[in-house]
Amino acid sequence: MKGEEPSEELTAGERDGCKVDDLEFDENKVEDKKKVEESNVAEKKTAASAMDENSIDEKKFRLVSRRELLKLTPVLALGAFAIPGLQEKLLKKGLGFSDWASALLFRSGHRATTFDNADVAPFDKFPINGYDVDDPGVDLENWKLTVSGAVKKPGRYALAQVQALPAIRQNTRHVCVEGWDVIGRFGGARLSDFLTMVGADPTAKYITMTCADDYYESLDMATALHPQTLLCYEMYDRLLTREHGAPLRLQAPTKVGYKQAKYLMELKVTHVLDKVGYWEDQGYSWFYGL
Amino acid sequence: MSGVVIEIIQEKKDKDSDPVIVGRAAYEHPLVVRLCHWINTVALFVMVGSGLQIFRAFPSFGAKIPQKDLLHWPKAFAIGGWLGGALQWHLTFMWIYIATGVLYLGYQIFSGNYRQVLFTHRDLPGVWPMVKHYFFFGPKPAVRESYNPLQKQAYTSAIGLGVLSVLTGLCVWKPIQFSWLAWMMGGFHYARIWHFAVMWAILFFVLGHLVMVILHGWNNFVSMLTGWKKDPEY
Repeated sequence: MKGEEPSEELTAGERDGCKVDDLEFDENKVEDKKKVEESNVAEKKTAASAMDENSIDEKKFRLVSRRELLKLTPVLALGAFAIPGLQEKLLKKGLGFSDWASALLFRSGHRATTFDNADVAPFDKFPINGYDVDDPGVDLENWKLTVSGAVKKPGRYALAQVQALPAIRQNTRHVCVEGWDVIGRFGGARLSDFLTMVGADPTAKYITMTCADDYYESLDMATALHPQTLLCYEMYDRLLTREHGAPLRLQAPTKVGYKQAKYLMELKVTHVLDKVGYWEDQGYSWFYGL
Repeated sequence: MSGVVIEIIQEKKDKDSDPVIVGRAAYEHPLVVRLCHWINTVALFVMVGSGLQIFRAFPSFGAKIPQKDLLHWPKAFAIGGWLGGALQWHLTFMWIYIATGVLYLGYQIFSGNYRQVLFTHRDLPGVWPMVKHYFFFGPKPAVRESYNPLQKQAYTSAIGLGVLSVLTGLCVWKPIQFSWLAWMMGGFHYARIWHFAVMWAILFFVLGHLVMVILHGWNNFVSMLTGWKKDPEY
């Protein structure tokens, strides 16, 4: 083994200068030759360098090694994640940081990709994900959306008032937190138009939503004002069916699926987030922007 | 300093006697590299474990309707307990994973230490002799530096896979904000497939890495802890 050592006299330049031809010529022969040369060099080297600075005392080497090992102790800080009382807090902090970064990354003018009609999944292949019931039994005849909070015109708004706003139809990708995705066709009014209509305070930070099935959600204002964020009353050019959230749901293609609340009953514009969201309260991310 | 061999000498009995050489040592891994290696090891473990728990929520790459499951990964080999818990782990440790990755790459580039692991065209001639040695009982090529051409190839690939795991992950996390990147990967749907594939490629590397660490013995292993490799082969 020792005989094979090229020793430190073989500089980087010499290594790099080693030609491809040399190796391809006859590997074994070249290697044998090298071995002899190297063993000679190594012998000379051991004797000569013993006196110079390229050596270390055995005791000192052990000390240096131990000191270097101790420098790795910061790695143990990760063990905090294994402490039961601390784990939950740390993960909450991590998720909070992730949400903070998500809000920074969100570009309010940047649109989600829209797709051709040919790319849209058939209506019966568009999954229905309710959190408890598919139909909370909304009285569609007398339904009105209650608007409150930091708005100039609070009150109860009929579906016709939402439908009177400019209609937007978009084919966008719906992404579920579980990992599946489906391209669907949605129609409705821009939430931003609706917020203008009700005279929402532009400095307010959040929109909270309450649903007929006791589901609840909240949105950051930047997403609420995004041009593709809709108060959706249509899917596939037809009024929403009950299982898809009739008569009105949120459709924000820049958000993950659970943010798209169905069966909207109340909408509040607020400076303080007092109600976050059903899944968020179970531990999901609040911002979850795509 | 990395890669320079020094000699370990026994304590002198008296000043005039010749020193007795008891071994050799080379400082192979600077502190930043060692720190990043071990923090990243933990982060990778958490990312894979929580990632598999996230995958369990929808273990398929097809449509939701009808859902055709690809494999049912056992819960015992996953982290987080449920989808929400796993996402907390994943979205927390991804920052640690990215931070160590960026720190490592930055250090390697600016210190010049990347030469130790970067596979370049100069390593090409050494690949075949090394393959012959590892897999076909060929003679052992002379060891000239801390990593042989195949090791460089493996580590360079692993670093590339690490970068890819972050890029594909970003596209799964933020397919709209990173739309150009997601577009390159074929959109969100394919980015998720790539992310999964890259994970298995990394696990394949880790398996090979662990086998080689065991084969290369104690001194080699200790070098990733203390930085010093005792009695290197070069």
